[in-house]
Amino acid sequence: MTPRKYLVLAGVALLGPIGDSLLSRGMRQSGGISPHQIHSVVLSVLNPWVAAGIFLLLGFFASYVTALSWADLTYVLPATSLGYVVLALIARFLLHEQISLGRWLGILLISLGVGFVASGPELTQHPALESSKEPAADTVASGVER
Amino acid sequence: MIVVLSVTGDVLLARAMKQVGDVGALWRRQGLPLVASRVLRNPYFFLGLLAMSLAFFSLLFGLSWGDVSLVAPASASLSFVANAVAAKFFLHERVDRRRWLAALFVGAGVLLLAA
Repeated sequence: MTPRKYLVLAGVALLGPIGDSLLSRGMRQSGGISPHQIHSVVLSVLNPWVAAGIFLLLGFFASYVTALSWADLTYVLPATSLGYVVLALIARFLLHEQISLGRWLGILLISLGVGFVASGPELTQHPALESSKEPAADTVASGVER
Repeated sequence: MIVVLSVTGDVLLARAMKQVGDVGALWRRQGLPLVASRVLRNPYFFLGLLAMSLAFFSLLFGLSWGDVSLVAPASASLSFVANAVAAKFFLHERVDRRRWLAALFVGAGVLLLAA
């Protein structure tokens, strides 16, 4: 694991939840949208909160896909769930929201789970794949059977 | 339904990106445009994207009849566990005890945090 990879994982962890909350804030501003006014969904993109949320979620998706290119799905998902914890702590200390005992317990469980995966390897080593991965990476990798 | 679709999307994307290879290394060797075209030419990538958008719309649908504070966290926390199962069988990742515990703990934690 290089510093750059930790940076990508941090991007997945933070951009996703932050983007979601920006979207939710923006959509609440524009009010309830009923199914027969679909066009107002398109217009809601003009709301700066919604636009910023979409921008961050695009960044989230790019880092997510990048992380999946060198780490297992069962590593990336738990590792990046730390973002929920960061958001909760931001809510507690910057926005001064109350955090119930149940939520603290949730934070504890997520942190424990992240600790479990982080202490292990990030990628399952497939002997057959490893040998073909590097040389074939720029030519026929899309045909590699796993 | 939400969980199944989102897990399908994750698994397909993971498979696509393993076929593409390490994006960082490829970028240094070949430049961004080639990497992008390689990702976009991978059929699993589009299937994964499709499944994820279907999951998103079924989540919206679920939210329209269910309670927000139940449907969203329940489907999020179930996805963590279901993803571990799917990754083991479809991606042949070695899901050892450490990773099972991680999936269960994170799933339970997300449920507690959001409920």
